[in-house]
Amino acid sequence: MTNSFMLEVRNLNKRFGEVHAVKNLNFQVPKGEILGFLGPNGAGKTTTMRMITCYIPATSGTVQVDGLDTVTSSLEVRRKIGYLAENNPLYGDMTVQEYLTFVGEIRGLSGGQLRSRVDEMFVECSLTRMANRQIVHLSKGFRQRVGLAQALIHNPDLLILDEPTSGLDPNQIIEIRQLIKKIGAQKTVIYCSHILSEVSATCNHIMIINEGQIVGSGTAEELTANSARGNRYIVRVKADPSVVRGAFGAIPGITQVAVKPAGDWIVAEAFVDGTEDLGESIFRCAVSNGWVLSELRHETASLEDVFTQLTRG
Amino acid sequence: MQKTMAIFKKEFKSYFISPIAYVFITVFLAVSSYLFFHVFFLNNQADMRGFFDPLPLIFLFFIPAIAMRSWAEEKKIRTLELLLTWPISDFEVVAGKFLASFCFIAVAVLLTLTIPISILLIGGKPDIGPIITGYIGTLLMGGAYLAIGMWISSYTENQIIAFLLGVVACFFFYIIGSPFIVMFATPLIASFFTYLGLGGHFESIQRGILDSRDIIYYFSIIGFFLFLNIQSLAGRKWE
Repeated sequence: MTNSFMLEVRNLNKRFGEVHAVKNLNFQVPKGEILGFLGPNGAGKTTTMRMITCYIPATSGTVQVDGLDTVTSSLEVRRKIGYLAENNPLYGDMTVQEYLTFVGEIRGLSGGQLRSRVDEMFVECSLTRMANRQIVHLSKGFRQRVGLAQALIHNPDLLILDEPTSGLDPNQIIEIRQLIKKIGAQKTVIYCSHILSEVSATCNHIMIINEGQIVGSGTAEELTANSARGNRYIVRVKADPSVVRGAFGAIPGITQVAVKPAGDWIVAEAFVDGTEDLGESIFRCAVSNGWVLSELRHETASLEDVFTQLTRG
Repeated sequence: MQKTMAIFKKEFKSYFISPIAYVFITVFLAVSSYLFFHVFFLNNQADMRGFFDPLPLIFLFFIPAIAMRSWAEEKKIRTLELLLTWPISDFEVVAGKFLASFCFIAVAVLLTLTIPISILLIGGKPDIGPIITGYIGTLLMGGAYLAIGMWISSYTENQIIAFLLGVVACFFFYIIGSPFIVMFATPLIASFFTYLGLGGHFESIQRGILDSRDIIYYFSIIGFFLFLNIQSLAGRKWE
């Protein structure tokens, strides 16, 4: 059976006593996709990843990785996955070289193949200079690279990264992001984060999860376009606020108008339903009323808006 | 097998990277040698009874100190999540860890071979048989304590708690077969308790009797607690 999905999650539930951490999750990840798994802290991202990686069992439901069940074929599933766990745990007392060799051995590599893979990881993750340093003495950026190298050493089919950039400075974030993009060109990647810019910069599909449920799924464009309150025109005019609200509100396609004064000017936000271009109607409306117009721009919802809207409930 | 070896190498090495190994070995040698030599010259007998007799009690504290970190530390620094998501069976991990700690204990125990060598050097003519079986018994008993301690360690991420509960658990198995407990029990339970107790088996081995029942006993204890250890990993619902 050839399987076009690298990951299939069906009716997945996880309860910790009273807490229902993951509620009936259903999703698939096609091969070669970089999926952004987005959600506020405590949304159930890490719990879901831990079930996919066979670390904890699900309360009910199934997870299949490349057609293999995580419960009945746990070892084969684990062979296919590379996992950078939350907070990147590492054995601090080992050197980078020792650690990667150790992981390689556990991954079933040996001899020349093991040595060459470790060397490749040094190059790919820019760790060559750090080979003989103890991990505990590395900076956070380098520790993160070691974590990535650990996840990549066996050339996994599915790479799962749980908050890979937490605690890094902006330069390190950019470096790690580029590294992930490079890797993602050949692999299926699940990228967990609560940082939106991260996910929109690296992922081609985004899933938003809140309180254990999927609340939004699509490309960044789809998510923002579908957002109810995102699509709007910002108009800066000199006029009476209540007249402006009435006049714009009468234009077909505009659902709601918010007006607020800004010095001599007033700024009106006209929310639009659908994707119709209303710029011309708004301009003509202002002209026919004789208003002085200094700004007219179209804004779509940012991913931040979508995120806030979907996760605040 | 390769994976068990990888775990073994890593764990064994990690003792010697940290000061644990050196502190442990030094203190163990000092305590066991002192307890031996301070009666040895009084007894004026060229045997090692004075060395082996207090060992079950010394191990009560030393072995849980070795076992306490095996899982508690992995939980604390969260590397357990890596270890258990790598393609390695729970059995291989447990076996690798057990063998590494066991070999470390063996190193410490074999360093006490200086004692029988000293006895020979000062002209004593000890009976070699009981000394050899004594060492075998020591390693078996150490393995049993270790398996118990490791199992306890798998339930906590706090090494102090792992140590203290390890001492208590080992003490339980040490005292259960002692005359003090057995004299209050009915004959049937008494013989069962005597069999379960760690101390009695060690006494007969160090007297020079290498009985297969004692060896089977120690292997059963080790096997049983390693099995429980694997079970506790498999049921990792501790979060």
